[in-house]
Amino acid sequence: MIIGIWEVISKLGFFPTFMFPPIIIPNEPGGVTVIGTLIGSIISGQIVTATGTTLVRLLIGFSIAVVLGLTFGFLIARYKWVDDTLGFFVTALQSIPSIVWFPLAIVWFGLGNASILFIVAIGATWTMTVNSSTGFKNVPSIYMDAAKTLGSSGSHLLRTVIIPASVPHIISGLRVAWAFAWRAIMAGELLGSTGGLGYLLDLGRSIQAMDLVLSIMIVIGVIGTIIDNQVFLRMERAVARRYGQTV
Amino acid sequence: MKVQLKDVHKEFKKEQNQKLQVLDDINFDIKEGEFVSLLGPSGCGKSTILKLIAGLETTTAGEVLVNGKAVNKPGTDRIVVFQEGGLFPWMTVKENVSYGLNLKKMSKTEIEEKTMDGLRMVHLINFADAYPHELSGGMKQRVAIARALVMDPEVLLMDEPFAALDEQTRLVLHKELQNIWRNTGNTILFITHNIREALTLSDRVLLMSTRPGKIKKSFTVQSARPRDPADSVIVDLERRVMAELEVEMEKVLKEEFGDDYSFKTDNLRSSDHRDMGSHI
Repeated sequence: MIIGIWEVISKLGFFPTFMFPPIIIPNEPGGVTVIGTLIGSIISGQIVTATGTTLVRLLIGFSIAVVLGLTFGFLIARYKWVDDTLGFFVTALQSIPSIVWFPLAIVWFGLGNASILFIVAIGATWTMTVNSSTGFKNVPSIYMDAAKTLGSSGSHLLRTVIIPASVPHIISGLRVAWAFAWRAIMAGELLGSTGGLGYLLDLGRSIQAMDLVLSIMIVIGVIGTIIDNQVFLRMERAVARRYGQTV
Repeated sequence: MKVQLKDVHKEFKKEQNQKLQVLDDINFDIKEGEFVSLLGPSGCGKSTILKLIAGLETTTAGEVLVNGKAVNKPGTDRIVVFQEGGLFPWMTVKENVSYGLNLKKMSKTEIEEKTMDGLRMVHLINFADAYPHELSGGMKQRVAIARALVMDPEVLLMDEPFAALDEQTRLVLHKELQNIWRNTGNTILFITHNIREALTLSDRVLLMSTRPGKIKKSFTVQSARPRDPADSVIVDLERRVMAELEVEMEKVLKEEFGDDYSFKTDNLRSSDHRDMGSHI
């Protein structure tokens, strides 16, 4: 339906083809279509390489965010004074869109991978922190008491009770953090990087190839959905099943 | 004496220097191999006493001794069976039961053996690989009991373990707990608000009064085992305990609803006219 309307608008000729390219049927013989460009650039490897670059960056940035988020979350849950200081600060930081950090990142790390990683990490860390600290704080005291009387303490208690008990919170944190990271990396790459899907988008804009831009948007949407559904939603469901909660 | 409480006081700090006195001058002993119940209305501090003995809370004054040694932190010589939800939902039944054993210096085969023995004792050998949420309430409590028993505790502390179960399941578990106790000879402190449960299971029932919590009276249950709830000794004791408990309940209700509240008005006990003075 949406594709149909799009095609009609494109063919009515209100806009030049380069601004409003058709999706499936070319406007003139041999003309551009979004699907054509998408398939073409996948075959030529342009999109594949860019996706690879983006995903690698994302994975690194996201991992940093997860490690930091879990650490902060644990400290906030464990120490009252950290909660009073960092805990309050995190809420404020969380409301700053990560791309706002970009000017700072450029000055600190220069244009390039380091800045992008910084943006991704900072975009996902705070959500992760908030979620994991909620999880750690809400470990039912009955589990802690049971484990303590059975002889557990210290790192064993952390590993066998505190972390597993907060897994449901941590996973929903991962899911939201991933969404934030995904948005952050697009913004970051669009503004300043080489390689990656965001960069390709910017390239499409500068050579006025909206067919390229639209096909990249499709790729971004598809990858985002696949990861959310196939990885995080599944993980959430699997944990819920095992913990005996109903979703 | 296995467990001794000497002049135990406990206060909880409320906001702004206000203190809530929960336990006042608690003194009692539990002998080796004795089954003692703590009975009292809700909020009287029964569970706090259990937590003090378990080492999960510390006393404000007085001391708690287990085997003559002062208690100040949790230890595997005192294991608690909680009311419900004490099992780890992310572990299978087997992993739950072997949790404490894995922390002791034991070989893998020894752990496996003890775990299976524990599960056999509570008749759950077929559910070793199930997760807690797949079990019924009664089965969960069996697992919790097995988890405690495999640790060979000096004292078994049970915090209203059957309170959330239906009547039939509870009766079955009463029987099984008595069998287990007879076979293992454990020292057990059992917390409950159910008079009949306390009388059916224990050698001695300690009745608590409330706000602040004190030991009001001690009843020795001199009835043959296995116990029969219709035994005249138990029926008589039940009435006496109930009479004491009603006083406490009225105190609580008056505190909550005002002084004009009376629990006994319009409430003639139907059995009174048939009572031939057996309580004299």
